[in-house]
Amino acid sequence: MKHGKWPLIVTFLVPPVLLYVFFVVSPYLQAFQISTTDWLGYSADANSVGLANFKTLWHDDYVWNALKNNAILLGLVPVLTIVLGLFFATMLAMGGRKGSAGVTGVRGGALYRTVYFFPQVLSVVIIALLWKEVYHPNKGLLTTALHGLGLPAPTWLGDPATAFWCVLAVMVWSNVGFYVVLFGAAMSAVPKEIYEAVLLDGASRFTTLRRVTLPLLWDTVQVAWVYLAIFALDGFILVQLMTNGGPNFSTDVIGVRMYDTAFGSETKFGYASAIGVVMFFLTLSVAVLSLRVGRRERIEYS
Amino acid sequence: MTTLDQPTATAPTPVVSGDRPIRRELGVANALSHGFLLLWGLLTVLPLLWMFISSFKTNGEILADPWGLPGALHLDNWARAWTGAHIGRYFLNSLVVVTGSVSLTMLMGATAAYVFARYEFRGRQVVYYLFVGGLMFPVFLALVPLFFVVRNAGLFNTWLGLILVYAAYSLPFTVFFLTAFFRTLPTSVAEAALVDGCGHFRLFFRVMLPMARPGLISVAIFNFLSHWNQFLLPQVLLQGDESKWMLAQGLFALSVSQGYAGDYARLFAGLSIAVLPVLAIYVAFQRQVQSGLTAGQLK
Repeated sequence: MKHGKWPLIVTFLVPPVLLYVFFVVSPYLQAFQISTTDWLGYSADANSVGLANFKTLWHDDYVWNALKNNAILLGLVPVLTIVLGLFFATMLAMGGRKGSAGVTGVRGGALYRTVYFFPQVLSVVIIALLWKEVYHPNKGLLTTALHGLGLPAPTWLGDPATAFWCVLAVMVWSNVGFYVVLFGAAMSAVPKEIYEAVLLDGASRFTTLRRVTLPLLWDTVQVAWVYLAIFALDGFILVQLMTNGGPNFSTDVIGVRMYDTAFGSETKFGYASAIGVVMFFLTLSVAVLSLRVGRRERIEYS
Repeated sequence: MTTLDQPTATAPTPVVSGDRPIRRELGVANALSHGFLLLWGLLTVLPLLWMFISSFKTNGEILADPWGLPGALHLDNWARAWTGAHIGRYFLNSLVVVTGSVSLTMLMGATAAYVFARYEFRGRQVVYYLFVGGLMFPVFLALVPLFFVVRNAGLFNTWLGLILVYAAYSLPFTVFFLTAFFRTLPTSVAEAALVDGCGHFRLFFRVMLPMARPGLISVAIFNFLSHWNQFLLPQVLLQGDESKWMLAQGLFALSVSQGYAGDYARLFAGLSIAVLPVLAIYVAFQRQVQSGLTAGQLK
């Protein structure tokens, strides 16, 4: 029976491997090589400059400014998203009214989950363009709502003081629903008796969340953290479409820096690849760190 | 697990003494939770609803009263977006490319995953982790070299290039998900079929593939959404010929031109055209979409 397996293995594996190596693996590897050249694209001459690009990078204030913004996103987006996600998932799973310490889901929970998930299926382009209109300084939803209440409204994306926070809010907005569903799925795997017992013991909702739910969901929260951290280090399309890094670089992120360096007015491909390589290592170390720091004893129920 | 609900059902009031504070707390939490849940629901729906309603208003109405309802249904906005701004053409372009790329992804992903899940050979782990390792990194890290790889292969500004690149970058998740799925299928059926003289290829197409259908559907929906929503790759790999653009590029151009033309209604109509089919697919296949999208994280 064994002899027949090789034709299948070869026909099934070779095309995907070729496709993957050609379009994914080789570009990643080439990025490292290009990052050590002064290549300006389109022409063939690329001189090896060693680590000069990385030295320039180290003294590039625009890169540092973009990295600072990414660092703030990294510090806030995962926390806010996970806290809101856990909060709503708990509400949906246990907010229901039922006599005598029963734990039930809230009424209409399925509908909430459906609606919360909407942003996840929308294209980032649509989210960015839609929110750009919501933030519109004259006819946007927010400005007119504040004016309607007789309050002054900021110019949102037009003001360097507020633009960054407006973009951050959209990042959280577009992610929360996904994590409500994710945490909800993980919570439904936790036996109900645990919650009933904890509530009978008189624990408050907050204590329940902190002492029972969170430890039981730790694995899921950790994975969520890694994904959100990678998202925060990226954040590229949203920023590019909503503000293109402005005003006055206040919303600039490293992805926009790299894109502008490569495909903007100048095509500094060597330098852009160096930024890409730095991003590669940053992403890798953030992912590894979050997994290491967050490691805990796994809890098994059943 | 099946007897979980039994105790509460047979004993309606299990603890009388500890009952009151809990119930009061539940009542407060209940009101509060509904408040917060509603608030977030509104935050999610309101921008979308606003976009949809505005797409039926005149530009004058949008500027004068952004919160108001349209005086009449101005369907001409949709017509202007569909034909005037070529959203219709971009929509069909995207449909062609995504149909091609999802088919290719599924074919390549399923065959590779099947080999990883069901066949032992040397180097299997290495190749598997080569694929799955790609899950870690955003596409844009490889953007610059990818541009040249595609250009040198003569695939720049072609749909075929886009299809191949979409498929290649979707393989990590597809292979990861489907390998796990093929492993959960019972081995006895496959062994019986092989004993009966069924060939390895027939076994895959006639037995294993039909058995893996739920997994294939979930991952196909996931890939459909991520290819349909892709913006970065077409922006870099499909820069020139406007008539070949994808929907996301068309919408972006529409938004940029809106800045000069001031035709807000057309922009909202264009966005609505892009949103409606995706939301319709999501609502129809909700369970599969949610499981497909969250499965990537619940390892």
